[in-house]
Amino acid sequence: MTYRDPSQSDIRRILDETRTIVMVGASANWNRPSYFAMKYLIGKRYRVIPVNPGLAGQELLGERAYANLAEVPSPFEMVDIFRRSTEAGAITDQAIALKDEKGIKTVWMQLGVRNEEAAAKAQAAGLQVVMDRCPKIEWGRLHAELAWGGFNTGIISAKRRRA
Amino acid sequence: MTENTPKFGSPYGFETRQIHAGTQPDPVTGARQTPIYQNTAFVFEDADHAASLFNLQTFGFVYSRLSNPTVAALEERLASLENARGSTCCSSGHAAQLMALFALMQPGDHVIASTRLYGGSITQLSKSFGRFGWSARFLDFDDLGSVREAINGNTRGLFCESLANPGGVISDLEPLAEIARAAKIPLIVDNTMATPVLCRPVDWGADLVTHSTTKFLSGNGTSMGGALIDSGNMDWMDAERFPSLAAPEPAYHGLTFAESFGDLGFTTHAHAVSLRDLGTSMAPLNAWLTLLGTETLSLRMERHCANAQRVAEFLEGHEAVSWVSYAGLPSSPYHQLAEKYLPKGAGSVFTFGVKGGYQAGVTLVERCEIISHLANIGDTRTLILHPASTTHRQLTEEQREAAGAGPDVIRLSVGLETADDIIADLDQALTSVQRQAAE
Repeated sequence: MTYRDPSQSDIRRILDETRTIVMVGASANWNRPSYFAMKYLIGKRYRVIPVNPGLAGQELLGERAYANLAEVPSPFEMVDIFRRSTEAGAITDQAIALKDEKGIKTVWMQLGVRNEEAAAKAQAAGLQVVMDRCPKIEWGRLHAELAWGGFNTGIISAKRRRA
Repeated sequence: MTENTPKFGSPYGFETRQIHAGTQPDPVTGARQTPIYQNTAFVFEDADHAASLFNLQTFGFVYSRLSNPTVAALEERLASLENARGSTCCSSGHAAQLMALFALMQPGDHVIASTRLYGGSITQLSKSFGRFGWSARFLDFDDLGSVREAINGNTRGLFCESLANPGGVISDLEPLAEIARAAKIPLIVDNTMATPVLCRPVDWGADLVTHSTTKFLSGNGTSMGGALIDSGNMDWMDAERFPSLAAPEPAYHGLTFAESFGDLGFTTHAHAVSLRDLGTSMAPLNAWLTLLGTETLSLRMERHCANAQRVAEFLEGHEAVSWVSYAGLPSSPYHQLAEKYLPKGAGSVFTFGVKGGYQAGVTLVERCEIISHLANIGDTRTLILHPASTTHRQLTEEQREAAGAGPDVIRLSVGLETADDIIADLDQALTSVQRQAAE
């Protein structure tokens, strides 16, 4: 089985149906992308729970950090992988194993993270997979904020957006 | 094999996007036409929001030197029309070239540029940019082998025009993009003369596209402006070659643009560093006028090309004309490249030679009645210029010849008037040139 890239409407649906994201590789350094992506997503009313063995037990942006996915006590719909591509396989395996227990629906690999084997495996296990994208950028793109930076969102509509 | 859904792009056609891209109705008022945000600064929600904006950690507006909602609407539209990831509008086409190289060059670096570049670009690259320690090596881009061989460790890009101003020369973009890709440097293509209606350099492998939006994009000769457009396809993570993009930026607490923002990195850098420090921002009113122009771009270009084709055919048959360099004519050595890269038309700017040399050129431009004698292109009005006595004065005679601006050369930018009227005006002016020569 090969990995299928999600369509634009898949991505919109995933971002709409997700309430809680577990971010694997969240950083406490305010100038790292994982930190400010987490902060941005919290601002868009997602709950984002950090996973980072080095931060386990500490608080990050108001949420307690855990050492791994299994230790996160509450359910979550999405795993956002902010680790290198080679590590995405093991994290995806954990997500597949915890799928039913935690209610996981989506494995999201960050911009620059690609692991086709892991992605195909997760899709075969019934999970939705997004790869090599950033949920912050995708949220901004679908809600026109990305256009403020001069970017092509691909959105064409004569409908009035909510301010 | 994986099927990739593009991270941007749209299933809509060009004509739909030239009207709609970047300009959804205003969310606050419902205004259908884009508001002109004639405004310098934007309030913060609180100190934390301000910090996030200054740290480039969230999307939003701070100060119009960096970004402005009306300008951003034009940026998105141009990125969409060029099938690119992002764009940065600026005060002129020259500013776009400055900003393109500012992101790529350090003192001692050079760009390899076509000898056929617009004369003003040659002056900018060879004279003014030299003061920054940047240099340009000018080569004949028809000779692909010489371009490939000239690349060395300090080459930071290849630079040409898709359709050159003023000579009717077309760059063979596909193999040039391959050469650039093999050398891991960007191909930068100025697409002012062709516009994305006639040619989309990104589709042929160009990494960066520059525009003088002053020309066909705004279309009515109202507004100065430029655009620097990033395809999103170049991997800039090479700190040796492109430290501005791939090394930590001290002014943003050590943030690395290409790493933190991926394919948004180039355009983020262009706003956050280049516009911030070069100060080359586009005025909101100019952005608005240019947005208005782009709404009719494809229609205008179609007529520009049709009129230019008729005028070129007329001139080629005129006895006072020694040659016509228009890629839409079968006699042009670039006719085949035109069929490949500009199948909808070879643009509306071209040159021809008037018999009698320099003086005949001066007389011809002075005798035109409805054709305007001025230094611009891409207006609704037909424009005429004698480059040797005007725009290309600063070049050496050799550079003028190489740039297609010798003493007998006349440049025309064919407008949208009735084609017969343009032809009649040229005919009477050429007749006066002949009469003067006979005296």
